[in-house]
Amino acid sequence: MTDTIELARHIRIHALHMVHRAKASHIASALSISDIVAVLYGKVLHINPAEPNFIDRDRFILSKGHACVAVYAALAECGFLKTEDLLTYGQENSVLMNHISHKVPGVEFSTGSLGHGLPFGTGKALIAQRRRAPWRTFVLLSDGELAEGSNWEAMLFAAHHHLDNLVAIIDYNKLQSLTTVADTLGIEPLHDKLTAFGWSVREVDGHNHGALIDALNNTPWQKGKPSILIAHTTKGKGVSYMENKVEWHYRTPNIDQLAQALTELQ
Amino acid sequence: MRNAFIEELVYLAHQHPHIALIVGDLGYSVVEPFADSFPDRFINAGVAEQNMTGLAAGMASEGYHVFTYSIANFPTFRCAEQIRNDIDYHQLPVTVVSVGGGLAYGALGYSHHAVQDYALMRSFPNMLIAAPGDPMEVRACMRYLIQNPQPSYLRLGKAGEPCFHTQVPTIHPGRWLSVIQAKEAIEKPSTFLTTGATLAIAAEWLKNTPYKNHSVHSLPLWGMSNKSMQAAQFHPFSAVESVEDHLMDGGFGSWLMESVVTHKESLTKLDIYSLSADVCNLVGSQTLLNQYGGLVPKKK
Repeated sequence: MTDTIELARHIRIHALHMVHRAKASHIASALSISDIVAVLYGKVLHINPAEPNFIDRDRFILSKGHACVAVYAALAECGFLKTEDLLTYGQENSVLMNHISHKVPGVEFSTGSLGHGLPFGTGKALIAQRRRAPWRTFVLLSDGELAEGSNWEAMLFAAHHHLDNLVAIIDYNKLQSLTTVADTLGIEPLHDKLTAFGWSVREVDGHNHGALIDALNNTPWQKGKPSILIAHTTKGKGVSYMENKVEWHYRTPNIDQLAQALTELQ
Repeated sequence: MRNAFIEELVYLAHQHPHIALIVGDLGYSVVEPFADSFPDRFINAGVAEQNMTGLAAGMASEGYHVFTYSIANFPTFRCAEQIRNDIDYHQLPVTVVSVGGGLAYGALGYSHHAVQDYALMRSFPNMLIAAPGDPMEVRACMRYLIQNPQPSYLRLGKAGEPCFHTQVPTIHPGRWLSVIQAKEAIEKPSTFLTTGATLAIAAEWLKNTPYKNHSVHSLPLWGMSNKSMQAAQFHPFSAVESVEDHLMDGGFGSWLMESVVTHKESLTKLDIYSLSADVCNLVGSQTLLNQYGGLVPKKK
């Protein structure tokens, strides 16, 4: 059995190294979803690194593509990539681009522009429903991303077509690019909104592995309804000086900051 | 054209179980033959073109060839980024179908004037533009696209377009299709080269001097990857006059010009008939707007 807490710790360490080396942004977004990604890859997704495209695999789409280092790290930990491949992240001509890329084994869909993952995943779920296929589609979105209208179009569609094989997860860390979600374009009452759109809604602590495993392994929560998990998270989780700091959406840890972060994760 | 499209789609869907059609709440009295024959492969996505297009890409990634269908700019500009990122970048077999290309919905106003769509579509590296000139070319385009699934854009007129071919022609991307031959054989003839429904306009111009000895070619399949094929096809002609119901900027004639820019001999033969931007402020019938826009024979 995979120790998802240890997997999440490894994901965070890889993510920090990658972002530091590439002088890239979005480390706090990746740390925010590291537990969710660890649970998905460690306990939920039906996948096979030896055969990344086998027909009955679960489909996972990272709609908040800027947090890709967490997924690249998980793919390496699960055997889709070699750990040394992670060294190429953000380098010239690397397939490990700074937004998630379908050119990486195990990645279904490239994103980067927000609001694309859920419509795409809805298309996959529709096909699975019509084929009566056993696999599920998971889409991980950010909270700020919910301002994109295409998500709500897809929500209407998925509910109308009873796509209960579709699972959306909202990384609700309440911070976005410039300030809080509440001060940018408030999305509350989120639970009520999502319920009104015809989805089955649950809320969890997005860093509580047991709660995540329980929620994600038991969909659909209501037959005939797509499931959406509001995962309450902390942006920058696991690195004290990054937690809940808007600037770490953009900043790159320098060598001293990297060392401190790694110490905290020991 | 739209009836030829749906008839051909139904015909092909009987043979290809992976063909699906999504409409954006449009197509009344057009799409019913497909919806009735293949209810499991027909979806009305509602008035939500971004989702329609992302959805189509997701379905295509699972092995379907998906046609998205709507009017004029709705399946194109409204969801331009979904076409760019989801379909074109991932090289997925989605055919975006726009009915009412050019000024076919001229009376409905600027929102319904599709006179910049080539500019959008030809900016995508993997996109094949299918702009048939008559109902037979519609069927030819459909057969090509099904045999060669790829990101594609099918620009249809509306209804009532005349037929210029007696049978479904064989077509290839980037290759000019002879439609009307010159009346008299001369060594270096001139030709109109049309794309889309302006085939009928060029054919009409042949009745007038000084064009009565022109031939007419159609180019129903073209895109970024076919530019290198163009210069050689200028060689037999003394003049090539392109005709399109689209603005010059980013249009078909501009594409031809870019294609031959390093081939001065071909470049000097090219003249472009396209729409003036003045047409963007006008409302009226397709015929009248095309004339206002500049699709009238030039004085020689």
